[in-house]
Amino acid sequence: MTVSLAESSLDPARATFREVVGAGEPWMGSIKQGQHFRIVDLAGNQAVDTLFYRAGTLEERYSAQDTIRAQGNIYLSTGSQLLSNEGNTMLTIVADTCGRHDTLGGACSAESNSVRYALEKRYMHSCRDNFLIALARWGAKYGTGFSKRDLASNINFFMNVPVTPEGTLTFADGISSAGRYVEMRAEMDITVLISNCPQLNNPCNAYNPTPIELLIWD
Amino acid sequence: MRLTDVDGAANVSVLLYNYDDPTERYNMPDTLKAQHTAYLTRGCVCYSDMGRILCSITDDTCGWHDPLCGLSNPHLVAQKYGVTTFATKRNDYYKNAYESVLNELGKYGLGKRDLTSSINFFSKVTVDEQGRMHFHSNNSHPGAYVDLRFEMNVLVVLTTCQHPLDPSPHYRPGEVRLTAWHSRPAPRNDPCRTRCPENERGFRNTEVWFK
Repeated sequence: MTVSLAESSLDPARATFREVVGAGEPWMGSIKQGQHFRIVDLAGNQAVDTLFYRAGTLEERYSAQDTIRAQGNIYLSTGSQLLSNEGNTMLTIVADTCGRHDTLGGACSAESNSVRYALEKRYMHSCRDNFLIALARWGAKYGTGFSKRDLASNINFFMNVPVTPEGTLTFADGISSAGRYVEMRAEMDITVLISNCPQLNNPCNAYNPTPIELLIWD
Repeated sequence: MRLTDVDGAANVSVLLYNYDDPTERYNMPDTLKAQHTAYLTRGCVCYSDMGRILCSITDDTCGWHDPLCGLSNPHLVAQKYGVTTFATKRNDYYKNAYESVLNELGKYGLGKRDLTSSINFFSKVTVDEQGRMHFHSNNSHPGAYVDLRFEMNVLVVLTTCQHPLDPSPHYRPGEVRLTAWHSRPAPRNDPCRTRCPENERGFRNTEVWFK
């Protein structure tokens, strides 16, 4: 497929926030309307499971189905508008040096690992465990009553899940590499929930989860 | 439960929840990645977010059901068919799928936070090499049906509003007939169970819930 790559002119040295999220770790934070938010795939081929909420409410959040239907394409890249269940644009992707990002693969969980790989894989660390741990640690700062109900289908930045015209879907080797990034502009005040994916059973992380860096500019 | 597309022009948007604990609900990504598919048909099952099987598709004379495109909403319906209100049209006002399912969810104490991905039965949308989505008109035919066998106690929420990508400029939701009867649990050699090792494990997880 054709991919459209677009670099950002923003200087990391001038970012107001910079943090490295370790392999397999969760993160939760805020982005204000107008700020730019960048996720850097530091070592390459790292899936970054990401959810967005309108700040201050649990009733409006990123909607995978509304987003892909409205843009008529299942992949995200520069120019993609990330829509909420209410049809509002939450963020716009303004730069992307990877080329495409997944909307259909969702998050791994202990339970889905038991289905996809083996019943004995249930114990392995997963993205949903990360989401729930993040909500337990930090959720109360961002809203009252954040729970599993609020974990809708997420974006997987840097992950490659091709769909064929015949309707097959696979988890393929990533098309990202070290230092590639995706950057978006917040169109409203946003709460972000991230799991830096710990999955070891498929190629989404090249079988080797690695750190990412998050940056925010005013 | 059999969904029948009476006139061959129906779309049924369906949401599924564990009736005994509605925090467990249909999970689109888990359903697609367990079965390596981007559409649903006979032999497929619908997974919950807890690794269990809410229902199996045991028969299907249509052939392709869309799990990707979600629900029409007020803006989309107004843009496509025009603005109508109860005051001017009485009960012929144009409904949209988003508010229709919120209406039904509300009767069970559920709301926007519980609204996850839906399945559009009788509708076909394919994805090309560039990721672009294509709606296929005439996917179904009069009398086409799909049979769902429920493997758990399930709250089914559905609306017959038109598919959000249906290019028809006319507001004309198709008629759908619902038929339900008792059935037995899936046998060992059930085609949905044996479709792939993932589904074998999904059925096992589901059986544990009822032990």
